[in-house]
Amino acid sequence: MTTPVSTSQTEPQRNWKDYFTFNTDHKVIGIQYLVTSFIFYLIGGALAAAIRTELATPESDFVDPEVYNQLFTVHGTVMIFLWIVPAGAGLANYLIPLMIGAKDMAFPRLNAVAFWLIPVGGLLLMASFFIEAPQAGWTSYPPLSLTMGQVGEEIWILSVLILGTSSILGAINFLATIIKMRIPEMGWFDMPLFCWSMVATAIMVLLSTPVLAAALIMLSFDLLVGTSFFDPNGGGDPVVYQHMFWFYSHPAVYIMILPFFGVISDILPVHARKPIFGYRAIALSSLAISFLSLIVWAHHMFTTGTPAWLRIFFMATTMAVAIPTGIKVFGWCATIWGGKLRLNSAMLFGIGFVSSFVIGGLSGVMLASTPFDLHAHDTYFVVGHFHYVLFGGSVLGLFGAIYHWFPKMTGRYMNEFWGKVHFWLTLIGLNITFLPMHELGLEGMNRRIAIYDAEFQPLNVVATLGSYLLAVSTFPFMINVVWAIFKGQPASGNPWKALTLEWQTSSPPLIENFEEEPVLWCGPYDYGIDVPPEDQQSVQELLSEVKTDMGR
Amino acid sequence: MQGSTVNPSQEELQYAETATTEQEHEDHRMFGVVLFLVAESMIFFGLFSAYLIYYFVMPEWPPEGTPELELLLPGVNSLILISSSFVMHRGQTAIKNDDVSGLRFWFTLTAIMGAIFLGGQVYEYSTLEFGLTTNLFASCFYVLTGFHGMHVTLGLFLILFVLLRSRRDNHYSSESHFGVEASELYWHFVDVVWIILFGLVYLL
Amino acid sequence: MTTANKITIIVLAILIAIISLWYGQNHGLLPAAVAPEAEAIDGLFDFMMIIATGLFLLIQGLLIYTAIRFRRKPSDDTDGPPIEGNVALEIVWTGIPTVIVLILSIYSFEVYSTIGGLNPKAAKDEGPQPVAEETQSEQGLMASASDYLALGLGESPANQAKNLTPLSIDVNAIQYAFLFTYPDTGVVASELHVPVGQPIQLNISAGDVIHAFWVPQLRLKQDAIPGREAQLSFTPEKPGTYPIICAELCGPYHGAMKTNLIIESQQDYEAWLQQQQVAQSESLDNAVALENSNSLLTPYANQLGVNQQLLDELKAYSQ
Ligand code: HEA
Ligand code: HEA
Ligand code: CUA
Ligand SMILES: [Cu+2]
Repeated sequence: MTTPVSTSQTEPQRNWKDYFTFNTDHKVIGIQYLVTSFIFYLIGGALAAAIRTELATPESDFVDPEVYNQLFTVHGTVMIFLWIVPAGAGLANYLIPLMIGAKDMAFPRLNAVAFWLIPVGGLLLMASFFIEAPQAGWTSYPPLSLTMGQVGEEIWILSVLILGTSSILGAINFLATIIKMRIPEMGWFDMPLFCWSMVATAIMVLLSTPVLAAALIMLSFDLLVGTSFFDPNGGGDPVVYQHMFWFYSHPAVYIMILPFFGVISDILPVHARKPIFGYRAIALSSLAISFLSLIVWAHHMFTTGTPAWLRIFFMATTMAVAIPTGIKVFGWCATIWGGKLRLNSAMLFGIGFVSSFVIGGLSGVMLASTPFDLHAHDTYFVVGHFHYVLFGGSVLGLFGAIYHWFPKMTGRYMNEFWGKVHFWLTLIGLNITFLPMHELGLEGMNRRIAIYDAEFQPLNVVATLGSYLLAVSTFPFMINVVWAIFKGQPASGNPWKALTLEWQTSSPPLIENFEEEPVLWCGPYDYGIDVPPEDQQSVQELLSEVKTDMGR
Repeated sequence: MQGSTVNPSQEELQYAETATTEQEHEDHRMFGVVLFLVAESMIFFGLFSAYLIYYFVMPEWPPEGTPELELLLPGVNSLILISSSFVMHRGQTAIKNDDVSGLRFWFTLTAIMGAIFLGGQVYEYSTLEFGLTTNLFASCFYVLTGFHGMHVTLGLFLILFVLLRSRRDNHYSSESHFGVEASELYWHFVDVVWIILFGLVYLL
Repeated sequence: MTTANKITIIVLAILIAIISLWYGQNHGLLPAAVAPEAEAIDGLFDFMMIIATGLFLLIQGLLIYTAIRFRRKPSDDTDGPPIEGNVALEIVWTGIPTVIVLILSIYSFEVYSTIGGLNPKAAKDEGPQPVAEETQSEQGLMASASDYLALGLGESPANQAKNLTPLSIDVNAIQYAFLFTYPDTGVVASELHVPVGQPIQLNISAGDVIHAFWVPQLRLKQDAIPGREAQLSFTPEKPGTYPIICAELCGPYHGAMKTNLIIESQQDYEAWLQQQQVAQSESLDNAVALENSNSLLTPYANQLGVNQQLLDELKAYSQ
């Protein structure tokens, strides 16, 4: 099936207008997710640029301290709930049915509903800027969040509830699709690793997001009706909120990274022309991470109202996460070792992902150590840590995914030269922006402040300049995408000679994905093992052989 | 399902396939309902954990001055709700034997029992001496029972919806009765949550 | 594997080890340490830096080397070797991190216990309490000790062994200031003065929202939670003036919520205490007059009498 299937006249074509409607095709929805979330990335990034501009000087001169708090609150919320989480869901939507040989998701209409909740929640949050923006941080701890303006806070709660609902609906769909709709020959251990990582992600979403909803409902009652679940003034306990919040929000950070672990596990073997190293270990470590992630939340609360035994227990479980993650990282290194690397943009982003994620992971393990966290908690060391994992990890992984699957989604290649420019600007910009933050934090600069001590200015200026470089780096990407959609070199059904099922159909795929049910004729990563891919004929023959075997 | 990619030579194959996927679809929906209930139960898990933390952390629980909860009425109410689950199950058994009128009978009975439960709940609210913001215990009490009550109401609507649908000829049969199964599972879920809730709030 | 290869690998491993050991102890990333607690934590950090540097060099080195050495030759369209895994290798890279993580946990536990984190007596938590007297409504919770929860750091085992009585100071954090009360003398101050070498025990609480008490040079931080009391213990060793920073977002002026920790000799400390006592008895009359002017600050008006300017600032902020 590696021959490009020409989209003949008899088949209905995707119309650009479809992308603006309540369409139930998983590929349309996937693209809708990706484009919407990217727009929010630009908004979140613009807010980040404003944050960095304010921090270029120690005084609060660019914006008021209140506005500054609104900036990082909305920046954090947008980046998490409107950029990384939906972008991961978008990829999953596009890829899962193709990878498992299904025609669509299990519940196409539910899928469309899940998507359309995103713009609703997003616009609500954006509207808050014109009414009253929330300013208690993306963590929104009471009692502060109860005192900083009722309207803004309630808007924040509602939009997070809407976005949370969307991700729960998405997770139901992903699990049902992966578990129930694989082509019959595909066993659990024949699935591409991206599907494995989505199983792990969906389990976490299903188990943790509702708890956040519960916390936010209680917070709403405190805010609007005057109960005092979290308000010490009426006998409540603010620490309970923190437990409930982090019970979701810690798994949330893995919800934001696991899909991209999957992406990397799929990109590296293709462009290294080697099987993934230790398939089962990598697949199962995703499940291990998702299990562990449910019992580590209090590492965000080492300095709060937590007793000693709790701190120690959560320190140990948190550190344990390094083990399954290490299995993945070393597995990736071994995958590319000794391969025949095609260093195109997708591969560069893949390798860049491993490189930056490891830095963030190592600082994460340091933070997990309770005594050290007493010093580093709520400082720029933490900010440095999570931007390395979120930007260096999730965002680089996402860009890698786009370069890798763009030919599949549009039938055209992206421009390699500008792809590489984008990569190097991003990698350099990211290190200039976020590396100095570690030192700032250790020296004594706390986070969420508009006013800081003059001695910290030099490193802050460096970080600010880095963030401008990051802003510049998005332009080659955006231009590349737009250019490639119209003028890019046409790509065949399987431009990278990859083995997973999504490459066994045309680019872009037909409306119901496959002309006929695809056939598994090898494992997802069997590079260098079977027939040399010199002639398409042999593949075709193989296919028909298998088909007769199956009695078709 | 736009069956538009069909190309003549494969018409037959495609046809057979759509038939099976249709069948499979049925299964998926039930699986989807189960996953949804997992998520639902985690919301209650969150609320219950918060309640338990208060129970253990607060120096005094319920806080001083909270009036004792009456047990008789809620107890009877609980019994009604729990037995309604069994009643409802007879409805499913009926439809499995293609007995639509049986389904209607048992589901109507369930709906009445559910309505009695809700009525009892409202009556209890009206006689209680504390309000939503009286103290932490009171807030917990109203939010927990209220949130559960919302679920009972939703379940009631599902049952009524099934009853409405059952008036159509041949809508439900021993082969196809997703609506019946789903609403029943939901009702059992609401029931189990109530048992835990009752234990926590009234008995603990 | 050829001998040459083996030698290269061994040399590289030794090189990485040397660089990590050196960098881990000479990173210069932390400010001065002014208490034994800080030194214990620094030891831990240095150790983690050594491990992190080693892993960093190993992985980045591998990636860069691979990216250069194993690029595809332009004419070569074949696949790489079909290696699917290697159980021995996988066990090694599961085992080594497991061991590292275990060591790290145990070491952290040790340090945490050295600085008094496990002291159950000092770190008892009374459970949530009503915030301030007048906000206490009928449903307010009465105090009754449930001391199985521990918050913060208690007296360190070393000090306990020496049988020193710690100097106890109450810290009250409000938007946007810290207030320090010396219970023995009733002195209330806006800066924290402590005599060098004397074990200190802070009782930290908050008046409105959550704040956090942080001194980078002590490496210690503890949130101040309204309705709770938490402890923080340390032994100041190096005289000097160090920043006390509020590290938990507490409102727009969170960034301005700062004051000083002044570690001074016993004489200087006593002199300062004396001076404060005199000053406060004089300004008490002034302060009382301020009552009722601002409901938020009323409970603190007495204490704030010491620092008229601070009070004005606070009023400005809270409006
Ligand atoms: C994608 C998101 C993401 C990811 C993947 C992680 C991964 C990890 N995080 Fe991070 N974290 C965040 C996002 C993320 N984090 C965010 C957003 C916050 C701040 C929230 C806020 O307060 O606003 C945060 C905060 C945070 C804290 C709280 C800090 C504080 O506020 O005081 C802690 C503490 O334990 C922590 C730990 C960890 C650990 C141990 C990992 C581990 O999973 C890392 C594991 C990876 C590795 C270790 C590297 C690879 C492994 C090897 C090479 C094997 C060998 C290694 C060893 C033996 C060490 N994180
Ligand atoms: C996925 C998550 C994610 C991502 C990608 C980023 C990306 C960035 N973040 Fe963000 N950040 C968070 C998640 C993320 N952040 C979170 C959760 C917090 C905590 C919030 C809290 O404390 O509550 C935080 C907080 C945070 C702070 C700390 C604020 C504080 O504590 O006071 C800073 C400071 O430098 C910062 C900077 C940046 C920068 C420079 C980028 C850069 O990488 C951004 C680069 C992108 C751009 C610059 C966009 C470029 C495009 C344009 C400029 C085009 C023009 C615009 C239009 C056409 C509309 N972030
Ligand atoms: Cu007080 Cu921040
Ligand atoms: Cu975490």
